[in-house]
Amino acid sequence: MTEIMQGSAETRDLMPTADLPEPEAPGREVPESAYRRLRRMVVLATAIVSLLPLVITAVINYVQFHEALQAEAVDPMARLTLNTKRSLELFLSERRSGLTFLVYDRPFAELCDRAALTRVISNLNRSLEVGAFVDLGVIGDDGSQICYSGPFELEGRNYRDQDWFHEVARRGAYTSDIFLGFRNSPHFAIAIKHDRPDGGFYILRATIDAEMLSEQILTAGLQPTDDVFLINRQGIFQSPSRDYGEILGQVPLPVPHYSPSVDIVELEDDTGHTIFMSSAYIHNSPFILVQIKPAREAMGRWFSLRSELLAFLFVSACLILAVILWGSGQLIRRMREADERRAALYHQVEYSNKLASIGRLAAGVAHEINNPLAIINEKAGLLLDLVTVGPETDHQERLVATVDSILRSVQRCKKVTHRLLGFARHMDIQTETIDLENLLREVLGFLEKEAEYRNVSVSFQVEDDLPTAVSDRGRLQQVFLNILNNAFAAVSEGGHIGIELAHEDADHVAVTIADDGVGIPREHLQRIFEPFFTTKAGAGTGLGLSITYGIVKKLGGGCRVESEVGTGTRFTVVLPISREG
Amino acid sequence: MDHLRLLFVDDEEELVSAVVERLELRGIDGVGATSGDEALHLLREGSFDVVILDVKMPGIGGLEVLRTISRRYPEIKVILMTGHGSAKDNEIGRRLGAVAYLEKPVDLEDLLMTVERAVNGEAGGPDGQ
Repeated sequence: MTEIMQGSAETRDLMPTADLPEPEAPGREVPESAYRRLRRMVVLATAIVSLLPLVITAVINYVQFHEALQAEAVDPMARLTLNTKRSLELFLSERRSGLTFLVYDRPFAELCDRAALTRVISNLNRSLEVGAFVDLGVIGDDGSQICYSGPFELEGRNYRDQDWFHEVARRGAYTSDIFLGFRNSPHFAIAIKHDRPDGGFYILRATIDAEMLSEQILTAGLQPTDDVFLINRQGIFQSPSRDYGEILGQVPLPVPHYSPSVDIVELEDDTGHTIFMSSAYIHNSPFILVQIKPAREAMGRWFSLRSELLAFLFVSACLILAVILWGSGQLIRRMREADERRAALYHQVEYSNKLASIGRLAAGVAHEINNPLAIINEKAGLLLDLVTVGPETDHQERLVATVDSILRSVQRCKKVTHRLLGFARHMDIQTETIDLENLLREVLGFLEKEAEYRNVSVSFQVEDDLPTAVSDRGRLQQVFLNILNNAFAAVSEGGHIGIELAHEDADHVAVTIADDGVGIPREHLQRIFEPFFTTKAGAGTGLGLSITYGIVKKLGGGCRVESEVGTGTRFTVVLPISREG
Repeated sequence: MDHLRLLFVDDEEELVSAVVERLELRGIDGVGATSGDEALHLLREGSFDVVILDVKMPGIGGLEVLRTISRRYPEIKVILMTGHGSAKDNEIGRRLGAVAYLEKPVDLEDLLMTVERAVNGEAGGPDGQ
């Protein structure tokens, strides 16, 4: 018990240094930025490796699907345009052939007979399934209408100044643009030049109802979304369009370039819609067949497929990124924990070594001092004996006081050297099963007076089913008295000290003594286990906590401390639990 | 205690002389020795009741002297004394038959109390600090 009281007196001196450094605090901390950099690299590398193939595959799919679906949309369109072109060409060629047959079959004189001409029209319309001949006229090489059969009175009219007349004269055959003719309905004309045996020529000219052309187009098997019409090379409608304008109106689309077959382009129309325009020049005529298909209709499947493709890509990328971010976070966290554990271990080993060597040095010094100290002690004792036993002298009282002072100083030295030796030497540890709560209450008994006097409240919190510890009763009392003394010194009047007993892990129990006192600056936390470390020069030996640390280590436990200046300190002692208990 | 004869052995001559003189002042028959050799010599010459032995001495050390005493003079009580409190020395000392173990610097009053207890057959004494 004397031992404990000595310990308590000493730790009270030690108090300014308060509690402990954290032996488990990392020794060499890896800077935060290194982990961030590492994480960035891991995320970047993994993201590239996993996202790049995904994006490449998606792009390839995109292009392939686009081409395939475009072909699927465009090919039938081209076929339809080509078929319509052929039927239109056939229609025109039939009518030309009819006229050609006439000029070879009938003598010129017969063609100049109006009644005969009327009969010819009737026969032509009958012979061709869809005749459509409206009138027929014969024009001489001077440009004057020689004979005419039809709804107008055109006989004697001269066409010498008209372009089409010169065209026929030069090329032998001619198909006109659409014009509004009889009853204001659209018509076009076909003219054929025939040489006469006397060296002159005449022209057979027929007007044909253009409705028939439109019918040819409409019977070609269009889809409801398509728009098909004829235009001429000047971009004038030659047949009505559903969406783009009336007949003889200006076409709001560019005139397609000439192509011997079908030409398909993708373009934007005047309303901003994307369309496919398939076109074909009708042979031997001014007509160009145009078929329009909105891209939305043509590529409808493509648009939905594209949305699905993009959505799939986006969702996959997000998922992959999420997994990468989560995974790298976990990885770095584990790594950092491992680093911290290693650093803590390193620090602990380093610290133990440091304490051990300081301990050896201290023991050596203490031993060397003890011998002269013993001599001083005995000589002073002898002096006191002599003064007390011998005859009274003038200075008797002062001598006795002086010698007493020497002896007290020797006692102080002795206390220091014994503490030093206590820190260094192997202690006898007698373990027994200990109920920690009882032990702590016993120790608190020593401090009851102080708690009462300073109005410091102490609370107990004990976990259920707390196992008993295996330890040395006397040493443990010393340890807890030491820590509690520190706590009492740290708190101000009316402060609070909390004692918690709880499981640490399967094999250890933790005793935490927390105060709401002044706290310990961080730079001191690192050093307070060291012998002679004290912030109150001359007032303490600075050995209390180093001894506490040594004892706890010896008992197979550990110490840790958390502290914040102004908030308080938590000192935790971890002890092995009893196996039997 | 007056009839007791003590032998105080320590390599520090100054310490030995001071202790012997203080014992004399108290009327106790005390003899000093400054080495293991001298102690063994004195033991052969005369009889002692209690021997106070420093563990660490040049030449023949305290533990060796103790061994000889235990063998030859088993009736003599031995109190060990050391400058550093080694638990190992303490244990060996006790096994060899020392009755008590003191740490330097030893207070004379403590020493005499330990001597008295040793003579009265009580084991122990302030062994720790």
